[in-house]
Amino acid sequence: MKKILGITTLLIVVVAATAALSPNFLTAYNVQNIIRWSALFGILSVGVAFVIVTGGIDLSIGSVVGLVGCTLAMLLNPIDERPPGWAWKSVFQIQGCIAIVAAVIWGLARFYGRSRGSGRRLLWLGLAGAALFAAGRYAPGFDLPAWLHLPFVVLWVLALSLQIGLLHGLLITKIGLQPFVVTLCGLLFYRGLTRWVAADQTQGFGSGFTGLRKLATGKLPLTDDFALPVPAIALAVLAILSGVLLNKTIFGRYMLALGRNETATRYSGIDTDRYVILAYAICSLLAGIGGILFALDINSIQPSGHGNFYELYAIAAAVLGGCSLRGGEGSILGVVIGAAVMRVLYNAINVLGIPTQLEFAIIGLVILGGVIADELVKRLAAKRRAARQARDPA
Amino acid sequence: MSRAPLLEVRGVSKRFPGVLALDRVSLSLGHGEILAVIGENGAGKSTLMKVLAGVQHQDKGDVLVDGEPAAIDSVNAAYDRGIVLIHQELNLCGNLDVASNVYLGREPRRHGLIDHKTMRTQAQACIAKVGLDVKVSTLVERLPIGRQQLVEIAKALSVDARVLIMDEPTSSLSTRETETLFAVIEDLCASGVSIVYISHRLAEVKRLAHRVVVLRDGHNAGELARDEIEHDAMVRLMVGRDVSQFYARKPHEPGAVALEAEDIVVPGGAPEPISLRVHAREIVGIAGLVGAGRSELIETLFGVTPAVRGHLRVGGTDVRISSPKDAIAAGLALVPEDRKQSGLVLEMAVRENVSLPSLEREARRAFIDKRAEREVAGRMIADLGIKTRDDRQVVKDLSGGNQQKVVLAKWLALAPRVLLLDEPTRGIDIGAKHEIYALMERLAADGVAVLFISSEMEEILGISDRVLVMHEGRIAGELGRGELDEEAVMQLATGGQPART
Repeated sequence: MKKILGITTLLIVVVAATAALSPNFLTAYNVQNIIRWSALFGILSVGVAFVIVTGGIDLSIGSVVGLVGCTLAMLLNPIDERPPGWAWKSVFQIQGCIAIVAAVIWGLARFYGRSRGSGRRLLWLGLAGAALFAAGRYAPGFDLPAWLHLPFVVLWVLALSLQIGLLHGLLITKIGLQPFVVTLCGLLFYRGLTRWVAADQTQGFGSGFTGLRKLATGKLPLTDDFALPVPAIALAVLAILSGVLLNKTIFGRYMLALGRNETATRYSGIDTDRYVILAYAICSLLAGIGGILFALDINSIQPSGHGNFYELYAIAAAVLGGCSLRGGEGSILGVVIGAAVMRVLYNAINVLGIPTQLEFAIIGLVILGGVIADELVKRLAAKRRAARQARDPA
Repeated sequence: MSRAPLLEVRGVSKRFPGVLALDRVSLSLGHGEILAVIGENGAGKSTLMKVLAGVQHQDKGDVLVDGEPAAIDSVNAAYDRGIVLIHQELNLCGNLDVASNVYLGREPRRHGLIDHKTMRTQAQACIAKVGLDVKVSTLVERLPIGRQQLVEIAKALSVDARVLIMDEPTSSLSTRETETLFAVIEDLCASGVSIVYISHRLAEVKRLAHRVVVLRDGHNAGELARDEIEHDAMVRLMVGRDVSQFYARKPHEPGAVALEAEDIVVPGGAPEPISLRVHAREIVGIAGLVGAGRSELIETLFGVTPAVRGHLRVGGTDVRISSPKDAIAAGLALVPEDRKQSGLVLEMAVRENVSLPSLEREARRAFIDKRAEREVAGRMIADLGIKTRDDRQVVKDLSGGNQQKVVLAKWLALAPRVLLLDEPTRGIDIGAKHEIYALMERLAADGVAVLFISSEMEEILGISDRVLVMHEGRIAGELGRGELDEEAVMQLATGGQPART
């Protein structure tokens, strides 16, 4: 609880200050907007929190948001200029490649003694990849019953994001690459892939799919003049699940432990590689869910720009929310509040009429101030603790 | 002799918030004298040394250098007076060469750039003084730890140190390296440098010191002149009561074979296979010099670096151990050499550390059973006498001995069949050492097979039922209880043949 005290105070201060300065801030419309955007970014932030807890980082989130958004739109609402089935073909081939690369990594890791997965599993993985790749060739004739189409597509793009996370985890644990490097390459690679798959054409859902789009744009009326945006519900569900996972299950405990000291955790008989991979998988999966919602919300997805910098917003929110980039520390609630602080700041700049050119400068300064304050409070607390301990030695 | 002592401490007190770390401590140090300062952990040795080296400042009392009051308020002020502290953990940059380390921060310069030529020539002279015969262009990380220690001393001498304070300098040195270090120390003394020597190893103190000052709970507990320095006398002053000579063990009747390694080859070790057996209710010691491959062997048994070849049997069944997870599943447990690196998650609470290996076993469908966790932690704290405020105290804040008990508690909660320990009493005080021995003893009595590594002869001789001596990656020999003596162990450890009678 103490951990989120600071960030909650910051949120209240920023909200109070903005409300005092502008009557347009606390209107139902504006608040709903802030909540919706906070929820969308919050989903990404919760994802990256898992990776940060293990002492890693994921810079590819924005590109995954772009890739997932574009492929979702392309699969549901293909643009005529492309040959029929092009979207499916591309997605299958991407997934096939990922699976084959993963199999190769695993094979190498086995060869060098970093892993002991059974050979048969590896073979299946490789075969599945090849099958997916081959299936891409026949994708033009790939047609699903109408009622199955929508859920299948959504699950399929989520599977794609999950695969990406698994690949990151494998590269980091089994080959021993640095998370920064792996996900930086991911940031570039998925962006390029998105632009190629979509031929740099803006994608969208047109005026259709209104039911699906309600997931992102819908509102649940609570009172006469206030309605809760649906993404907030999505975030609440995901945050609760994540909170339980991180704090109540052994998986979460292992991630926290290995984030502090991986060696000691491995010496305690825990397969640390597995939990690192799990963290990256969760992160990319949440980026995928966020990506779907962002795409549905915006409905005009530019392959070259959609999701740019989102990873940095997510990381900033996580850090504001009490995650240490050294690993081993983090609170899901704090991260959600951190995401809200980011959006409130952004909105405050708009409603207060501050020149938008200053937007980044202000957000940067507030984050810096927040982290410095946090550090000072922590030192003070440590000092007091030391004093107390000295008074009555354990 | 009318000359004033080189260094004198008069009634120095230092209060940390709520605790009196030093209470009117006095001592003096003559020219060319080796003064040992001993005391249990928390007795105030480190604080006193930090005051002398300018890391901390005393609240009351004076430090006199050459009879003149000296305000040592910074490390540089201490340097200026020729007082240099060599920390237990070496402060060297492994990625730089010897010369750069010796002159770190004081590099000779020419036109604003480092004058490598001068630096190397001067550094060569410095390291020659401590008997180090390596090229100054060697990277420090390529040197064995004993030589790194000498680099640290050379660094101190290069600032014209007159007082060298050495904090546990031998804690990671082999016997041979220790001998070299002692020779260097004695040479330095002969040339007029004075040494303040801090050590837990009383045998070393007896061998080296001209005088011993004992601290207890922040004040002077006593002083021993050269001819009074005896093990028992030192222990008496340190703990303030009489302690039995050494741990009194009762030999056990070994049971069935608990752990059997057959022709295992340690990766990166000697090409010859190693075989060993440990029985239930047996305590087997592994002796040998540092670098003899003892830790590597034990880490192979525990699956950290899986064996290249060979078979392992636990309780008569073949097991394949290729990770610590497998080892634990087979009933093995390891108290590793470096508890901060591999034994504990320092920033986590006692409770969370204790439960880490057993969490999965206690969990209900991946959900942590918090009540069971608390219960196990509470039981272990009581059982092992871990001194902690409560089970939520962060392990980092515990003393070395209590940290080690937390490591043991982790494993006892799992009730292992075989307990492996690597230097289980390194860096912990005498009281805690004895508790650890008693615990090993108790576990053996309960039927656990105990295999431990130690570099302390007293420990090897004192608590083992049987000793395996390693030399250059091989088991050079085995000594039963009856044939155990210091000489036999050293013979084997240094590659000689045991003198059988």
